[in-house]
Amino acid sequence: MLADQLKSAAMTYRFRDLLALEPLTADELTFLLDQSKPFQEIQRHSLKKLATLRGKTVALAFFENSTRTRISFGTAASRLGADTMNLQAESSSVKKGESLLDTVHTLNAMKPDCLVMRHASSGAADFVARNLDIPVINAGDGTHEHPSQGLLDALTIRDRKGSLENLNITILGDISHSRVARSNIHLLAKFGCRFTLCGPAMWVPRELQAIGPPGAAIRRVFRIEEALEGADVILVLRVQTERLHEPPLSANDYILLYQLNADRLRRAKPDALVLHPGPMNRGIEITPQVADGPQSCVLEQVTNGIAVRMALLFLLTAGGAEETVDSHGALNPSPSGPGSAAAEVQKLAQAQAAGTKKDSPHAPR
Amino acid sequence: MRIVEKSQLMSAPEIDRTLQRLAHQIVEKSGGTKHLALIGIRRRGVPLAQRIAKAMRGIDGVDVPVGTLDITLYRDDLSKVAPQAVLQSSDIPFGVDNMDLVLIDDVLYTGRTIRAAMNGLFDLGRPSRVSLCVLIDRGHREMPIEAQFIGRSVQTSPTEIIEVRLREIDTEERVVLVDRTEP
Repeated sequence: MLADQLKSAAMTYRFRDLLALEPLTADELTFLLDQSKPFQEIQRHSLKKLATLRGKTVALAFFENSTRTRISFGTAASRLGADTMNLQAESSSVKKGESLLDTVHTLNAMKPDCLVMRHASSGAADFVARNLDIPVINAGDGTHEHPSQGLLDALTIRDRKGSLENLNITILGDISHSRVARSNIHLLAKFGCRFTLCGPAMWVPRELQAIGPPGAAIRRVFRIEEALEGADVILVLRVQTERLHEPPLSANDYILLYQLNADRLRRAKPDALVLHPGPMNRGIEITPQVADGPQSCVLEQVTNGIAVRMALLFLLTAGGAEETVDSHGALNPSPSGPGSAAAEVQKLAQAQAAGTKKDSPHAPR
Repeated sequence: MRIVEKSQLMSAPEIDRTLQRLAHQIVEKSGGTKHLALIGIRRRGVPLAQRIAKAMRGIDGVDVPVGTLDITLYRDDLSKVAPQAVLQSSDIPFGVDNMDLVLIDDVLYTGRTIRAAMNGLFDLGRPSRVSLCVLIDRGHREMPIEAQFIGRSVQTSPTEIIEVRLREIDTEERVVLVDRTEP
């Protein structure tokens, strides 16, 4: 057990931005989840405030409405000791017709150290990242991805299940419009999870079967009872009225055909987890009994969200330690003979620094 | 830059004897083990704290609680030029309020690690006393910090490095003095 605790921490990655989970490898995703663990602990302290990012500023630019994600990133920043600047679309120059690029350039001119942004257009965060010299975290872009949500869902699942390997994941609802579903699929597919997508046919188009990495097991099922059979994790999605021109079903029909209730939940494995990214429409896609039941992870997801976002802000804005050595001068990971270990550590560090410049798809400049 | 081993400062049996002595000194100075707890600073302070606790069991027959502390979030040298600092979990499974805490680390050098560790501890509560125990004190302090329990004091030059190698982490067990030289 001690050996476990002391396991070498030599493996590290440099991230320039966090725009999507799709380009990340299983090792990189595991690293991000592992780095969230210390911040989960801090949520349990009575004193939750660190000074690690003191003097840094995190710009929160939400061009699309958000309550929990904005509060979660804001809380994560303040618990790390950073300051925040807030831009909300409804009360901003965006309303007066300013272009996205002008708006973010204006924000950037106020010298934040990191930009967290949400936008109704898929690819908006990527576009901004290509035009700014500070790290950008995508807090949701259209129907593309919501990487921090994918990470916090995975962290919640890993904590409860012990591992992410080979789970049966059932996703219920409007999958075609869901960036949460996409981020979850991109992440969990890399750990060999199998997906069952279930909802009204127009929300579960055939094209979704191709969104995972090659060979990902994604099937579509249109009967909820069948979709829940053998599930380890059930991800319930909100019916997103703001992205719909016309709902495919009336609320009553949706409840009848696709609502997750206690009766239907019994078809899943007895220890199946229920996740919902929030905000929940109680009584529509999920019954209160399930939402508040022992299998529900909804509030854990919220708590873990802060830990994941603290880890992301720390990784993107704190930078590394000045030396890979303890401050007393002993070279940190030295598993082999004299001298060679030191050289290896330095080589590794250089290789990583160089590596991120050329071949990281999530570090696109 | 080449790294050359200059001398061996401690063999495995010497490390063991030193830890036994430190355990005795800590128990003696604390007047028993009642409110005592050890906090190992990652990484090599952790096995040292475990071993000192084991030695204390032999002295007082009591299990002294042992916690581990990762100081990364409290460092004063996080910067952009270096590789990403890797966080590890701290694990302090007891309340620190009114405890007599002994921080354990392998080498005391600038004192900055200990400054960071104390910040971390005080985020958890208000211990009644914090003292410091190190295997090696190599001098060159940059902070007003001294250790109360010292395995061995060693004169060093700033280019030298003290490598404490412990069997729990490394493939061998000894303390060596190495030097960085230009090729």
